[in-house]
Amino acid sequence: MSETAGSATPKTALGRFLDSDLWWSFTHSPVVMLAALVTLAMVLSAVFAPWVAPHDPFDLASLDLMDSLKPPAWMEGGDPRYWLGTDDQGRDILSTILYGARISLLVGFLSVILAMLIGVTVGLVAGYSGGIADAVLMRIADIQLTFPAILIALLVDGVMRGILPPGAHERVALFVLVLAIALSHWVQYARTVRSSAMVERNKEYVQAARVIGLPAPLILVRHILPNVMGPVLVIATIQLALAIIIEATLSFLGVGVPPTSPSLGTLIRIGNDYLFSGEWWITVFPGLALIILVLAVNLLGDWLRDALNPKLR
Amino acid sequence: MTATAAPLLEIRDLRVEFPSRRGVLVAAREVDLTLRSGEILGVVGESGAGKSTIANAVMGLIEPPGRMAAGEILLKGERIDTLPGERMRRIRGRRIGMIFQDPLTSLDPLQTVERQLVETMLTHLDISEREARRRAVELLEQVGIPDPAQRVKNYPHQFSGGMRQRVVIALAICCEPEVLLADEPTTALDVSIQAQILDLLRRLVRERGMGMVIITHDMGVIAEITDRVAVMYRSRVVEEGPTEKILTDPDHPYSRSLIAAVPPPDRRIDRFPLVEYIEKAGTPKKALDLSTHWLGRARDFGGGDGPLLEIDNLTMRFLVRPSLIPSRRKWMTAVDDVSLRIREGEVFGLVGESGSGKSTVARLICGIHAPHAGRIRFAGEELTAMRSRREINRLRRQMQMIFQDPYSSLNPRMKVRDIVAEPIRFHGLAENGAEVRRIVDDLLEHVGLGASAAPRYPHEFSGGQRQRISIARALATRPRFLICDEPTSALDVSIQAQILNLLKDLQEELGLTMLFISHDLPVIRQMCDRVGVMRHGRLLEVAETETLFTRPEHPYTRHLLDLMPRMRQRA
Repeated sequence: MSETAGSATPKTALGRFLDSDLWWSFTHSPVVMLAALVTLAMVLSAVFAPWVAPHDPFDLASLDLMDSLKPPAWMEGGDPRYWLGTDDQGRDILSTILYGARISLLVGFLSVILAMLIGVTVGLVAGYSGGIADAVLMRIADIQLTFPAILIALLVDGVMRGILPPGAHERVALFVLVLAIALSHWVQYARTVRSSAMVERNKEYVQAARVIGLPAPLILVRHILPNVMGPVLVIATIQLALAIIIEATLSFLGVGVPPTSPSLGTLIRIGNDYLFSGEWWITVFPGLALIILVLAVNLLGDWLRDALNPKLR
Repeated sequence: MTATAAPLLEIRDLRVEFPSRRGVLVAAREVDLTLRSGEILGVVGESGAGKSTIANAVMGLIEPPGRMAAGEILLKGERIDTLPGERMRRIRGRRIGMIFQDPLTSLDPLQTVERQLVETMLTHLDISEREARRRAVELLEQVGIPDPAQRVKNYPHQFSGGMRQRVVIALAICCEPEVLLADEPTTALDVSIQAQILDLLRRLVRERGMGMVIITHDMGVIAEITDRVAVMYRSRVVEEGPTEKILTDPDHPYSRSLIAAVPPPDRRIDRFPLVEYIEKAGTPKKALDLSTHWLGRARDFGGGDGPLLEIDNLTMRFLVRPSLIPSRRKWMTAVDDVSLRIREGEVFGLVGESGSGKSTVARLICGIHAPHAGRIRFAGEELTAMRSRREINRLRRQMQMIFQDPYSSLNPRMKVRDIVAEPIRFHGLAENGAEVRRIVDDLLEHVGLGASAAPRYPHEFSGGQRQRISIARALATRPRFLICDEPTSALDVSIQAQILNLLKDLQEELGLTMLFISHDLPVIRQMCDRVGVMRHGRLLEVAETETLFTRPEHPYTRHLLDLMPRMRQRA
């Protein structure tokens, strides 16, 4: 086709980004922009919880049992100090949500990163070397896939409780959770990366690298890895939402983080006991926060998948 | 051909636009074409010139958001571009048939050939299913498929590439259309099959009095089959006229440059004429002095005066059906007992049709595949026996490869500078970062791109420019042996001329030894000193280039030479 009217490519990295189709589709989709805004707001307020939250729910000195089970501020008997009410120990619900989201997001991010590390490495090796290594690694992945994620997480958690001395589990609970979730999620990355790596391996630029004499690990890291990262980032976004949900589920079942540093899931579980005695706010607000967070992250992931996939455009 | 007959198909002042967020792209403008009954009109031009757009416009198949912005299309005087979708659908397939480039994707893999033919006929013709079945067999016979009554029950994948294209043709003519549009009908096929398909098309057009528009980038095809030619350049038809006239005495400078760039099959020329009308060619570079230049440093490879490369009884098999039980495994022999010698400083050509194993030989030499049997000796040292990575890398550095597909041979995520610098850094060929930079800039200058290309990414360059980057990367290890695997077959003919010139210059300047692989005989003739002919993994004949082209020994070589399109013969 003939040249397009006026399309000079900007030179700086930022200029290129602002000119890209990705940014264009972002700024032309109000839903996605809203989702990004919500995600950003929740992540920031969780990260800066100690400064943003009106109270420190874990400072025992500031807690007063007289304030316990107060309804949200706009209801009869509400206290203007506690917008969303308080729980059975007089902790401010809004503050516990902010601190809880912090734990949830931490577990989410860490487990996604760990799963990505395992999965991408396995996928690259399997896809590039093929043969026996590929067969063995992928059969392990297949076996892994026959177990539901939650079951693997419960299994890891149970084993860790068994081998760690009593009491020690409380301290490492968070990392056990991260490990459990990562171990149940790496297969997704491995499969995607494997198939992309198989395609890339046969491209001529990889053959050119081999002709130059580069050893396989260098080819994998320098040439193949950057070219398979697109789909990985998409999976990572969607898996972040999933990881947060699994964490919440495990915490809800009581095998997650301890109640002394509650995540959103723990909060929902604690509040669940009070649901039928009328104090609905203890469980509903953390639940809403969880739904909004997961929905926003999921919308971002879906958009990213569509925007990066030329076939769907 | 009767000059007075009413035009069968008429395109008047066609303009096709593709609006995008970066402005409107005009794919065809002010296009006027006429096609008469029994005539074959060729539309020729380089990729992106707008050839296929015309065919799509005629079929009413322009992909949204593209649209016909102006002009009219008339079929026997009746305007068809304004017809509603339903009536246009009755015309497609019934009155205008279309043949696409890739026979694999233009047939439904899940239906038998009979099903597809019968369905098309039942949709458009008022005949019974029995009658349609009978005609399907007849059609296959007409397009030259042996044993049609049996073959009609087969699925597309059971046919070879050439046979499949015949099926596509049968499908296109099954409703006896008045106009046949063929979009690069033979580009995906080997030369011997191409000749058969072109014969078939010509016969069908003459017998049935159809009109055919054939779209191609290949001057050989144009010379072979067309009556008249329209030359397209940058979305316009720049010249139209009888084939003889365009091929021998074109008026427009672009047509002249296009024809001049086609390598002549019948004689060897020193350089390809470069025509300034095409994409800005590489600037003629200053001659370089090997005794002082970086590329000339450490060239004392040693290694005596024997042949540089010796290949003995090389055999390579690919596993086609893997199985745990060895006896159930199926192998395909890609290279079968090949032995050859390449002398220092010569250009050795390997020619053959697709699947003949020529690329596999190249990949075996540079170590991408490991052979099952046989020896490869490079500069007197046996490559196949080497175990230590250090030793292998020392020899690897001396041989580099240029690949066929300029779009996949450069890592899209790396800047041009890093692509070219990678071999220099890896082999430690420069003292420090500043020197690497200087060498990279110099190499880019040398392949005609200029140092300004360094900080950019590959996607900003055209196919020909990318191939220059590939060449710069191959030179970056200061090789003495260069393997070129179909280096120009993905490029337009004018760009091909530039790249071949560049390779020739470099070979002479640097005293490179080259293995040049191509399926294109005229190109081989221009480039090589000696040529080997391959078929089904075997090396059939090796001879000096001129001897091979004038006195071929092996019958298969003679066969290949006969099929070579000779565009000047008609003049």
